[in-house]
Amino acid sequence: MKKKLALLLTVIMAVSMLAGCGGKSSKGSVYYLNFKPEADAAWQELAKTYTEQTGVEVKIVTAASGTYSETLTAEMSKSSAPTLFQCGNQAGLDTWKDYCLDLKETDFYKEMTTDDFNLKGENGEVFCAGYCYEAFGIITNTKLLGDAGYTLDDIKDFASLKAVVEDITARSSELGFSAFTSSGLDGSSSWRFTGHLANMPLFYEFRDDNVTSQPATVTGAYLDNYKNVWDLYINNATCAPTELASKTGDEAEAEFGNGNAVFYQNGTWEYANLTGTFGMNPDDLAMIPIYCGVSGEENAALCCGTENCWAVNKKASEADVQATLDFMKWVVTSEEGTKMMAKEFGPIPFKNAKESENVFFTDANEYIADGKYVVTWAFNHTPNVDAWRAALESALLQYSANGGSWDDIKTAFVDGWAAQYAAEHN
Amino acid sequence: MKKTKKKPDAAALNSVLVRRPIQRCFPIFIFPTFVAFMIGFLYPFLKGIYLSFCTFTTPRDAQFIGFSNYVKAFGDASFVHAFGFTALFTVVSVVAINVFAFAIAYLLTQNIAGANLFRTVFFMPNLIGGIVLGYIWSMIFDGVLRYYDTYLLAKTSYGFWGLLILMCWQQIGYMMIIYIAGLQGIPEDMMEAAKIDGANKWQSLWRITIPNVMPSVTICVFLTLTNSFKLFDQNLALTGGMPTAFQEGGEIINTTEMLALNIYKTFYTGANTRGMAQAKAVMFFILVAVFALAQLKATRTKEVQQ
Repeated sequence: MKKKLALLLTVIMAVSMLAGCGGKSSKGSVYYLNFKPEADAAWQELAKTYTEQTGVEVKIVTAASGTYSETLTAEMSKSSAPTLFQCGNQAGLDTWKDYCLDLKETDFYKEMTTDDFNLKGENGEVFCAGYCYEAFGIITNTKLLGDAGYTLDDIKDFASLKAVVEDITARSSELGFSAFTSSGLDGSSSWRFTGHLANMPLFYEFRDDNVTSQPATVTGAYLDNYKNVWDLYINNATCAPTELASKTGDEAEAEFGNGNAVFYQNGTWEYANLTGTFGMNPDDLAMIPIYCGVSGEENAALCCGTENCWAVNKKASEADVQATLDFMKWVVTSEEGTKMMAKEFGPIPFKNAKESENVFFTDANEYIADGKYVVTWAFNHTPNVDAWRAALESALLQYSANGGSWDDIKTAFVDGWAAQYAAEHN
Repeated sequence: MKKTKKKPDAAALNSVLVRRPIQRCFPIFIFPTFVAFMIGFLYPFLKGIYLSFCTFTTPRDAQFIGFSNYVKAFGDASFVHAFGFTALFTVVSVVAINVFAFAIAYLLTQNIAGANLFRTVFFMPNLIGGIVLGYIWSMIFDGVLRYYDTYLLAKTSYGFWGLLILMCWQQIGYMMIIYIAGLQGIPEDMMEAAKIDGANKWQSLWRITIPNVMPSVTICVFLTLTNSFKLFDQNLALTGGMPTAFQEGGEIINTTEMLALNIYKTFYTGANTRGMAQAKAVMFFILVAVFALAQLKATRTKEVQQ
């Protein structure tokens, strides 16, 4: 009796294991490896709606923050690999190009309004489609700026920005706030400067040299402009330069949210937190370009670009690829999909996109409507991006907090680029 | 007279009649562990060796390319530097951890008040994970160094000593427990005999205590050696390999990067470097195995039989 019972239990266990594997329908299915933990709930909800409407199974898995490339590598090695994944910069494309489907002839691609945010292969294939974009610049508290006796119209270029900032610093004890939030170089904050701020010298250099794909070397021709802004940031902030090593991103955000500083370099994604967590009035918020002293910069718009690009796994089965393309099209055309995208990602570059209430995007679009030039995300070309930024962070810290020389930053910027390019392509 | 239940005597248990049916069932006992070992260790290990001869993005699309990954790995200045840094760290930490752990264990077996409390307190850091420890200590170090207008990542030496303090803090308690077990196993009569023969404390420590805890020394040195050599979490969280240094040949070195972190970073550099990282990992395995076995052989010969 006992033997029979044991046998029965074993059989049940074995069958239930097998049952977990089967059940793939001929319709194909979608497996999206999502990149943004904050959007996970919205994606799960949307996937459920899609399954209810069409019967096609959609599985959404979200990688833990900061582990996307590890998770993607692990998931791609499985037999049921993601059919839709994130591939947002040159380094990602170099790694995954053998897996990316050319989206050029798909119905999904025909819904796009711009090619600006897409990543392309050597022969013009559209491998990664930028499904949303972001903008960054200097977020300004216009109310505090008014308290100091200025308006946004007083800031036109680096010289006028500097004048305003230094005046605020001179009167900061009387005003009760500083010009800039802390430019922390803790890992949670340093990307704002080694990534986003470093975009300024990279962008202008690439523009001069007509660089459109990843170069093996950079010259650092505009590093003096980088220095201009960096010095302005650290010498007119809520903290002394020597404290930067341990200052975090959350601290800077809180300083701005609580009205301790007028300026805060960050991007459109901050809108939800500033108006939500800190309860700031959207009317008091504006985003201005990062001025760094390049001639003609009064015509600059915000830095617009994206690292949010979709790629479809070419190696998935034909039915799954088709199901994935259908799902992507539905997300950017249907009522439910566009609503969710507008809420989570702001304005998206698709024909049916919904309006976003984020004022930073309004600013970004206004600059473009005024005919100003967009500062694109040149840093998407950075080779071995984490390592390059880490070296730059190390040099910035030495310079700011430890009496290091600016030459070390030049070394990290220029020689670092060449070295990381070599490492990635060896 | 109270009747005691008769115990089965040893001879009966050793009887073939009892043992044979159990012996026949050995595959049932071995099977689950064996399968787990194959799936969880042997297969990935062999596949890893194979992948070190390949170029690949995921293990599914590996292409055999021969020894070039190994050639590249040997020519990588950052790997060579990581080896040197790891070796230096291992030597210093093995000595420091074991000396402190033994000293504390020795003190806590001397009948002092509250010994059990101290044992618990010293052991506790070992219960915290490496990543958490790394972040906590980086805050502590930065908090202290702030008074001297500097920070942990300013110099390679700060990172080195920082890592050492962290590892000592974490490991000493664990090694202490092993040493205490060893110290308590020393026969009382031996110590008494030494006392009667007129040995002072110092002599009995060197002539009796230490030779008798050599089995514990073997274990502790083995554990600290392999732990230090394979260190990853603490290294990643505390310094992340920073600060960087630029070499004349244009190569970049993360000066506090140990071997495991170097392998990890190489893997995620790009699609072309994954094979090289795998080759480094195989060499890393061989290094750890050789050092560990050599150490075991060396300390075993010093052990005494009681």
